[in-house]
Amino acid sequence: MREGWINAVILALLAAVPLAAWALDEPFVITLATKVAIFALAGVGLNFVLGFGGLVSFGHAAFFGLGGYAAGILASHAANYEPLMSWPFVLEGSQQMLVIWPVAIGVSALAALVIGALSLRTRGVYFIMVTLAFAQMLYYFAISWPSYGGEDGLSFYVRNGFLGVNTFDPLSFFTICCGLLLMALGLTDVLRRSRFGLALEAARQNPQRLLSVGIRPYGVQLVAFVISGALTGLAGALYADLNRFVSPNMLSWHTSGEIMIFVILGGVARLWGPVAGAGLYILLEHQLGGISDYWQVYLGLLLLVVVIFARGGVIGVLARKQDHD
Amino acid sequence: MTEVLRIEGVTKRFGALVASDDVSLDLRAGEIHALIGPNGAGKSTLIKQIAGELRPDSGVVRFLGQDVSRLDVAARARAGLGRSFQVSSVAADFSALQNVMLAVQGASGGVYRFFRPALKDAALREPAFALLARAGLAGRERVLASELSHGERRRLEIAMALALRPKAFLLDEPMAGMGTEGATQLTDLLDELRHEAPILLVEHDMDAVFRLADRITVLSYGRVLASGTVDEVRSNAEVRDAYLGEDA
Repeated sequence: MREGWINAVILALLAAVPLAAWALDEPFVITLATKVAIFALAGVGLNFVLGFGGLVSFGHAAFFGLGGYAAGILASHAANYEPLMSWPFVLEGSQQMLVIWPVAIGVSALAALVIGALSLRTRGVYFIMVTLAFAQMLYYFAISWPSYGGEDGLSFYVRNGFLGVNTFDPLSFFTICCGLLLMALGLTDVLRRSRFGLALEAARQNPQRLLSVGIRPYGVQLVAFVISGALTGLAGALYADLNRFVSPNMLSWHTSGEIMIFVILGGVARLWGPVAGAGLYILLEHQLGGISDYWQVYLGLLLLVVVIFARGGVIGVLARKQDHD
Repeated sequence: MTEVLRIEGVTKRFGALVASDDVSLDLRAGEIHALIGPNGAGKSTLIKQIAGELRPDSGVVRFLGQDVSRLDVAARARAGLGRSFQVSSVAADFSALQNVMLAVQGASGGVYRFFRPALKDAALREPAFALLARAGLAGRERVLASELSHGERRRLEIAMALALRPKAFLLDEPMAGMGTEGATQLTDLLDELRHEAPILLVEHDMDAVFRLADRITVLSYGRVLASGTVDEVRSNAEVRDAYLGEDA
């Protein structure tokens, strides 16, 4: 089967499930589908560096959490009518997604610039460890900073608004998340095919060769890391809005691991891999989770099977051969 | 003849091993200068220092009159040093076309272009097709680099080096592992290339060296043992002892 057809099937499922749930009046299923869309978006961000760039970041929770806290902090300040700061100029909170998203993207992109600039000086296992260390630093910072709930996290009671849409309606919120996911998929697809994408993929395969044609991998990888962090940060802001709650958990290494699982399950370097991976993950969590509290044992087994026997993940198994020109 | 590349007194030590011992040589326009010597003589180490992968402990690398000792690999490549590696070094998951397009892109700048699809970009595509044809790879553009034969990969590397519109080629054993026929074809190609840019050629294939080289420098234990025209080097007794053997 062609990868394009598989992607179309995934998209159809992602759209059909919440619509069916809406018709059957099962709002919980819509919420699950929303979770899939948000996790998939986080995975699309990671896949951009991990899949196309070959950079195994074990610290993407940092961006997911920062995006989440950006949403939570802005919303709670707005709800309490407290400006974020009043000197040297007044900065108000906001409950508008169209304000929150750019802030979440900006904050996580900036963090990715700093983290990437330092961790890209290392390779392989050290890169994994350095990215992990940065995310854990933010995690402990969030726990110990009392202003925004510390360990208990930060609740905000009203979901942020988006133009005139009733964001409390599960299907509307799903549509927003799904729309952003599609835009992110479109963006990464365009980037992958661009001159920049060509250099990024070359940096994964053979950095020495890239240098010898006059292109330094460092800059290319850093820009990719920033784009990746920004996308995952946007997912974090949506996740905060889904739960109307943010906590240090979003920043913990478990979250980094989960995002990585979406990418690996679905298929590393497959455009729609994270969507398939996140969908499968949520499906397993709810099917196996209903049977056993220890469902993650089975998830672990599945991951082993995928890593050993099916490197291309779900999409790789179904599509077999990757497209190339 | 104008001098394109000149290295002066380059020395590189790895612990007690002196890999390059006060090596000086130059490369002039239009020539092929072969660098020969037994395994471990320090040929690849020298090439790496010229390309910028290794920094010499002392000595200077001058390229087009400029001291490039402080430039990194990418900067030297952009300045016009086209390179092929001892062990084929290409992007294995890319097609031959993509590999050469990457090199064209490196030469023309504009890596940070995010939106236009590169594969449809005529400014990359057309030169890449032309370069592949020159390297004898017409019709093989869409084959993955990992699926090309050994000889084809070596020619792909030449096409990539050519894409930089280099002012000098550094070719590290381009014939290594090639069959007789492949080696003959590549020899013809290199013979043409010298008119485009001079070649510093590391090679073990003595037939090719004697056919192509204008000058030969022989390295042994990191030192220049002899340097001169083909006939001078062939008749040098020391060289015959150290490397060429009696039948050369």
